[in-house]
Formats: sequence, C-alpha cells, structure tokens
Amino acid sequence: MMGRIVAIAAAELRIARRNRWVLTATLIMVLFALALTFAGSAPTGSLGVDLLTVAVASMTTLSVYLAPLLALMVAFDALAGEADRGGLALLLSYPVSRGEILAGKGLAHLAVLAFAMAAGFGAAGGAAALAGGAGPESVAALLRLIASSVLLGAIFLALGYAVSALAASSAGAAAMAAGLWLVAVVLYDLGLLGAVVWSGDGAFTRHVFPWLLAANPADAFRLWNVGAAEAVALASGMQGAADALPRWAAPVSLVLWPFAALGLARLAFGRMEP
Amino acid sequence: MTDDVLIVEGLGKSHGPVTALADVDLRLAAGQRLALLGHNGAGKTTLIKLALGLIAPSAGRITVAGARPGSRAARAATAYLPEAVAFHASLTGREQLALFARLAGEPARAAGPLLERVGLAHAADRRIRTWSKGMRQRLGIAQAMLGRPRLALLDEPASGLDPVSRHDLYALIDEMAQEGTAVLIASHALTEVEARTDRIAILSGGRLVANDTLGGLRARAAMPIRLRLVARDGAAEEVQARLGGRRVNGASVEILCAPQEKMDTLGRIAALGPLVADLEVTPPGLEALYRHYSGEEKP
Repeated sequence: MMGRIVAIAAAELRIARRNRWVLTATLIMVLFALALTFAGSAPTGSLGVDLLTVAVASMTTLSVYLAPLLALMVAFDALAGEADRGGLALLLSYPVSRGEILAGKGLAHLAVLAFAMAAGFGAAGGAAALAGGAGPESVAALLRLIASSVLLGAIFLALGYAVSALAASSAGAAAMAAGLWLVAVVLYDLGLLGAVVWSGDGAFTRHVFPWLLAANPADAFRLWNVGAAEAVALASGMQGAADALPRWAAPVSLVLWPFAALGLARLAFGRMEP
Repeated sequence: MTDDVLIVEGLGKSHGPVTALADVDLRLAAGQRLALLGHNGAGKTTLIKLALGLIAPSAGRITVAGARPGSRAARAATAYLPEAVAFHASLTGREQLALFARLAGEPARAAGPLLERVGLAHAADRRIRTWSKGMRQRLGIAQAMLGRPRLALLDEPASGLDPVSRHDLYALIDEMAQEGTAVLIASHALTEVEARTDRIAILSGGRLVANDTLGGLRARAAMPIRLRLVARDGAAEEVQARLGGRRVNGASVEILCAPQEKMDTLGRIAALGPLVADLEVTPPGLEALYRHYSGEEKP
C-alpha cells in the first residue's frame, strides 16, 4: 500500500515542480509575507512588543486568506481534471484504491504547501527578527503560525478534492472551489458579524457565537494563533472571542477538520464515475 | 469452459430511460482475440467500463479472471487502453511508465525494456508534452503490456497510428495473445481487425447482434458473393446472355450468387472457356457484414 502511495506522491511532486507550482506558491507566500511584515511594522512602538510579534499577527491575517486559496488552487483540478483528460479511468484500472490515490496526491500537494509556507513565513519572520528583534515567545508564535497554516492548508486541500470529485468538470470544480473559499473565509464571518450585531450582548453573542467561530477552520486558525499568544492577540484585537472559549477548542477544531474533510473527499471520490 | 477469462452474462446498463446495454452475453478465453465492433454510442466503451468495474451494471453480471470487476484481483489481471489516452504532459515517458509499473506491482525498471519493445526507447527521457499522438498511443499500449495481464481491454487501439505503426500494434497484440492474454479490441475501423482476430462480436444499439468467427458470420448472413468477369473483346454480350448478371463498363459482367451456388456458378463460367479473360471472386467484406448485422441493410 505504502509503495503505491509513495509512487503517486513522487510523480505528483515531480509534476508540481515542473509545472512551476512549487515556485509560484513559494514566491506568492514570500512576497506577501515580506510586504505585510514591513507594512505592518508601524505600530511596534506604541504596543511595546517586538517586531516579530507584530509580523506574526499580520501574517496570521494573511494566512487566513492565502492558505485556503493556495490549497484550493492546487486541489480543485486533481480529480476533475484527470477525469476530463481520461487519465483517471486508466489510473483506476490499476490495482490501486481510491484512498491510496487521494493519499498520494494529498501528500505531494501538502509538501508543496508546507514548503511554500515555511519559506514565506520563515523568510519574513527572519527579516522581522533581524530588523526589530524577537523573543522566545514570538519565535514560538511564528512556529505555531507555520504549523497551523499547514494544517489549514491540509483542510482546504481535502475540501478541494471533495469539490473536484463532486463537480462534473474541471471548470465546474474551479467555480465550486471559488465559491467555497468565498463562503469559508469571507461570507461566514460576515454572517456571524450580522448575527452578533443583531443579538447585541445577548445569549447568542456570549455562548453560541464563539463556538460557531471555532467550527469554521479559517476562524479556528485565527483563534488559535490569537488565543495562544497574548501579545499577538493584543496586536490583532480578537481577544474577546478567544477568552469565551476553552483553550482546546480552536486547536481541536483545526486538528479534527483535516480528517473530516478527507473523509468527505473519499466519499465524494467513491461516488465519482470516471 | 473454465479458462474463460472474461464472462459476461445477461449484462444490462441503463442511465435513467436511456438503455446503453441490454442482455449482453459474451465469453472470452485465454489467448483469444475478440473484435468488438459497433458505431459510436453502440455500447462498446460502456461494456469496457463495466468490465473494469468503473461503473456498476443495472442487470446481469461480469466475471474477470474469476473475480468481480473492480476488485483488486480483477484489476491486477486486467490491462486497459482508453480510447482517448492522456498522460501527464510534464512527466517523461519513462517516468510515466515507471509509475504505472509500480502501481501494477512491477519494479520501476520494467519501463525500459517495454519502451524499447514499442519503439519508444529514443524518446523515453523526453517529456510527453513533446510527443506525437502516435507516440502517446504506443505508450498506452506499453502500459497495457505491463505485468502480463490475463485480460486486455483495448478501446480503439489503432486510432492516431499511421499504417506502419498499426502493423506493429497488431504484431504486439498477437504477441500478447500468444502469451495467453485474452484480448478484446473495441473498434469501428472495420477492415483493420478483419485478419487479426479470432472472433467478431457486433454491438448495435446496446445489443449484441453477432458473435462468431468471420467465416461463421459470412455463412449465417448468407450474403451474396460477387463474381466479376472480364470477357474477351466483343464477347461480353454473349457471356451475359449465358450467365445472367449485369454488364459493367463494357467488357465486364458482374454476377451475385448465394454462397451455396458458388461452385455451380464457377463451373458454368469454366464451361465458357476462351470467352472469359479474367475472373475475380469477392466474398462479402466485414463492412457489408457489419451493415447486415447492425440492421442497416436487410438483404
């Protein structure tokens, strides 16, 4: 089983490298992270924290949007595109299970994302530390940011595969992926914001809203990074919701989501008739 | 028979109100080559996808090498060449074939000799993006030969190949059959498969309308044999008067006769002696048989 997964992963990695996917994703991450770090360096003095802390806060906001986007862009074509080109039927005529195909592609794509994120956040974090200082706490925050960004990427990779299997075609999968991104990272928050405004300081805002926030992987990611480091929270102003939840809520959500999403993808792939 | 690699019994597949296949029975033994003929949309590809377990039948069942289609055992025994074969354009031929080899449980180095066998050794380390359609098709055939399959399902294997490559392809298919692989060739290129297969099955509108050897199909169809005589100068009229038939372009006479009357008719032609300069006998071709069985042209 491992042999087949590794064979598929190795081929997918090669394809990602030759299609310049690795290069593109890494460049995007490095450029955005560097730009945000230095654009966001202004409030350092007034908050009394080192530059790396502020940089991590800015990059957390960036990652909420960019990690799901990059993951969906890598994943949406993985199954629908192969089915379109006729390669999926051939692949499935070999004694390899659909789970193994998903695992192989997933490993390769996750490696691409992890590399891009480590390079991007690492470079920006390093530059911030050199320019404005860093402490043990802010370095820990940076490492947590990279790890949780990879997790967030893994979730949206798996959701991307599910979309890819559900859509009838490559173009359909692209549209569904764009819709999913919009809902998960923009509209969900807007909806919650509306509900909070309507509820005021009512029961919804105090008891339901934080949990709804933790249930969405993008928000859980934000809560985790914010809640774990007080200084980061200070810089991003998201402390209220983080305080209302037990400390484990956001990390658990972020760790459980990849499995749930992968299960969903496997289910959708199983129903696909190439 | 116990050595039937592919057994299809009462197979049916419908998509809502549309019937793609109905009541198909088919058996294919080890080492046999079967041509599966039919129009586009006659159900050839549906039958192959059912045999691969990619889709589920609505009725009946298929057994591949004693196993359920789509099971690991069945997939390990089956090779498949899709109609429009697509590979990863950014992999080289060797890398792509090595991936398939590893999925089939063969070592990756099995790719080299196989690429040589299909005449792709010179391009093995170039990306597939730069390959011609014919080269890609040959790579498709190479992957179908991986791991000595017991059953090979080839969907339009000759499409995109020039005549020389087509000849090579049929030589490779013969080799596979000699090694004991049961080969099913789905095609609408009728003349291509005429001399190369042991049996011919014809699908029409999702039903199997014929399944026999070429000789058997001819005998059952009882289609007329065409005799064309070239008469000596000025004798065409007399030849026509004594044998019947119809005049064609001045010096020739064409006679259609039933298979069982063929020898009688030949005797009568021989009796004409010097009046006949030349004689050509044409049995009904695959094209005519195909039209006959698929119900396009009732005699």
